[in-house]
Amino acid sequence: MKPARFEYVAPATVDAAVEALLAANGEGKVIAGGQSLLPLLNFRMARPAVLVDLNGIKELSFIELRGDRVAIGALTRHREIEQSPLIASKLPVMAAAMRHVAHLAIRNRGTIGGSLSHADPAAELPMLSLFYDAALSVQGPAGRRSIAAADFIVDALTNCLEPEEIVVEIEFPVLRHDGWAFEEVARRFGDFALASIAVSVRRNGAGIEDARVAVMGVANTPLRLRTVEMQLGAIELNDQTSDRFSGLVTSCVSANGDLHASAEYRQHLLGHLARRAMQAALSAER
Amino acid sequence: MTKVSVTVNGTKYDLSDVEPRLLLSDFLRDTLGLTGTHVGCEHGVCGACTVLMNGDSVRSCLMLAVQTNGAEITTVEGLGTPEALNVLQAQFREHHGLQCGFCTPGMLMTGEDLLRKYPLATDDEIREGLSGNLCRCTGYQNIVAAIRSAAAMRAEKMP
Repeated sequence: MKPARFEYVAPATVDAAVEALLAANGEGKVIAGGQSLLPLLNFRMARPAVLVDLNGIKELSFIELRGDRVAIGALTRHREIEQSPLIASKLPVMAAAMRHVAHLAIRNRGTIGGSLSHADPAAELPMLSLFYDAALSVQGPAGRRSIAAADFIVDALTNCLEPEEIVVEIEFPVLRHDGWAFEEVARRFGDFALASIAVSVRRNGAGIEDARVAVMGVANTPLRLRTVEMQLGAIELNDQTSDRFSGLVTSCVSANGDLHASAEYRQHLLGHLARRAMQAALSAER
Repeated sequence: MTKVSVTVNGTKYDLSDVEPRLLLSDFLRDTLGLTGTHVGCEHGVCGACTVLMNGDSVRSCLMLAVQTNGAEITTVEGLGTPEALNVLQAQFREHHGLQCGFCTPGMLMTGEDLLRKYPLATDDEIREGLSGNLCRCTGYQNIVAAIRSAAAMRAEKMP
């Protein structure tokens, strides 16, 4: 359970990191917080020839408001996002989700760029990137380009980056909503979700005029449920709303099963969490 | 081989030939001889190897020794001595918060960070905070009691 041999470089700029990846000729791997990569190195499931450590690139660590978007540097630690007053006020669903991101020691070290790049189907930040319709800025030999989160996440543990590209920052549009909730169940608090749902709504008299819904833990990638978002516009707000929402969510998701939980259980759990999330979103005065 | 300059429990170490793939946990135990940090799963699940880096708890099996260049590390050896236990260690003894002791260094280092960062007003909050550390002996009851007690003592000290 020790990593295989590799060369180690710790560049001070993104340009130098891209150069190091180019020089590694496809055998390089970027390390940020390392909370997913180190287990892979220890198991020797990943055996890069060169490890490019981003931790010395200080300008990649920030949280700032840019008009109606919140920009987060790729090297920002989960713990910084968990604590940020700006995130709490502008991206409340993210703020609520952060305590579910692994455990304190991992939040102290893990980064948003790393979590998105790892693209675990049951990790909170990839789901939130779809939920908020985030845009990732990535840098490679040809310069910078912007990638929508929906395009960035390709499959389980698979992103669309080229071997010499590095995630630099992520922009999250602020939702002008008045009710929201985040619900998750894991085998052990902080472990990967068996099922989870994020909901945010803007109410208009007797109905919902705008909604966001995303789920995870039930498919190869997190899913944004645009069909459900649209269907919510036709639903009346009454004491049946949460049940109807739960039905809409489960009718458009077919949960996968694995050794942690069967497909039937995850499907049942998702319906339950959907009901609970909508109840919380609609009861809140925000 | 890479140069590393790191302070561990107040002592500065300058090493000129650290192999990049050396884990922080193995560096502490094998290179420095600080065997209080225990190695359990080596993939970030059990929490036994938790240490503090610049005051924040981290899994030492999920860090490379070369990544600690310029940092301050605290291991369980840096908390107290057998003659003068620190507050949390004393509460673990008082409440019988350990049996075999294998998970205890990780529990203590995690507890130190939790006490600093969270109110720990309820047992649920303490258990949520400890969720990343596995203990196979105690059933956690007495570990929670020890941290609850340390949190109460901390609250009394605050004005």
